[in-house]
Amino acid sequence: MTLDFSTLLPYTDQILHGLMTTLWLTAVTTMAGIALAIVVAYLRDGASKGRPTLVSRLLGGYVEVIRNTPFIVQLFFLFFGLPALGIPISATVAALLAMILNLGAYTAEILRAGIDSTQRGQHEAARALGLSRLQSFRHVVLVPAFSRVYPSLISQCIIVMLGSAVVSQISVFDLTYAANFIQSRNFRGFEVYLVVTLIYLLLAVGLRLAFEFVGRRLFAFRQGGSA
Amino acid sequence: MALVSVKDLHKSFGELEVLKGIDLEIEAGEVVSIIGRSGSGKSTLLRCLNQLERHDWGTIVLADQRLDGTAMSPGELSRNVGMVFQSFNLFPHKTVVENVMLAPVVVKQTPRDEARRIAESVLAKVGMSEKVDAYPAQLSGGQQQRVAIARALAMNPKVLLCDEVTSALDPELVGEVLRVLEDLASEGMTLILVTHEMKFARDVSDRVVFMHQGRIHESGDPQTLFSQPRTPELSQFIASVL
Repeated sequence: MTLDFSTLLPYTDQILHGLMTTLWLTAVTTMAGIALAIVVAYLRDGASKGRPTLVSRLLGGYVEVIRNTPFIVQLFFLFFGLPALGIPISATVAALLAMILNLGAYTAEILRAGIDSTQRGQHEAARALGLSRLQSFRHVVLVPAFSRVYPSLISQCIIVMLGSAVVSQISVFDLTYAANFIQSRNFRGFEVYLVVTLIYLLLAVGLRLAFEFVGRRLFAFRQGGSA
Repeated sequence: MALVSVKDLHKSFGELEVLKGIDLEIEAGEVVSIIGRSGSGKSTLLRCLNQLERHDWGTIVLADQRLDGTAMSPGELSRNVGMVFQSFNLFPHKTVVENVMLAPVVVKQTPRDEARRIAESVLAKVGMSEKVDAYPAQLSGGQQQRVAIARALAMNPKVLLCDEVTSALDPELVGEVLRVLEDLASEGMTLILVTHEMKFARDVSDRVVFMHQGRIHESGDPQTLFSQPRTPELSQFIASVL
């Protein structure tokens, strides 16, 4: 068989459109998912020190449900399930919501490991200085906790970016949807998927490099050396 | 009226009674060293004074206010009592000056530029002006401990609690930290120290308290206490540490 990439040229717009969708879905999910994870980790962390509250049980349930069911089922549940309950939802919103809820649950669990490994002396120093629990979490616990679990966090965000391919199943025009669309028109499946595979690969590598760049600035305190 | 007044203080961890009725009065400006074997309850006593441990029974009155868990909020308490720990416990992600500024800004809502001035002045006092922008990981143990002292001082406390503040330091770094404490003592700061530095306890304290099995076994001025211990427990202890 011969490869003919020129057959893709008429579809450049679709590929770019799909790429942009994948990019913004990933960007919004990363930010909102991490924010969600911080809230969930804080509310669950408080409960772990006393008896579990209703809120912490509910959040624990949320984390377990997300982590123990397939992403595509979660997506279908939101997209087909919510309208059946009388809550209209567009494909894009369903996709975004599913991705945020997914990343939020996994990241909450990753972050919890980082929070749990905070040394007792840090909590005590914060308390002795008069910081409340929330102030201590925000100013003392959070950043070092993130720095300890940062590699896992990067991987999780990449998994979500790659997993976003699934949203093509509810006809969100992402990169995978574009690929399916093109190969159904020009029947050049090999070329299309080869190109799209390379794009995903570059996205993943790029995302990792971007995260590492940000991490080096955010967590400069870990590098030590002379002042 | 004493600045710190402790009456019949009891504290247990599960079955183990660590403090079995402590009575202690400390005047403003006094430097009190608490000595004793490990397990005698000295750190627990110190930690009750700023409520890192809740006592089970008895009263602690600090600057005319009772500490009973709920009576004084952590924010209020931190304005009265500062604490320095054996393991420094600086916040690793914050620079020296940020460590010192944090509580004034967050707890006291001091404006940032004023907090910065306060931080710079307490850091000057502990001889750390050169390192304001360094991270804790870039400092020696002695430097970290001096920053930790500055961090506590930035809240302008009435009492400074020091929990074995030189025990985690290399021997050659102990001196610089003790010198800072000596300066504070001579400026009239009220200091309560749990310490294994007997020479420091003898030379700098106004009073030494010897704890044994959860009680204050003997206390008095350092010269007399070290040269003429009244109880066999104290003489044994002094013999074992000197």
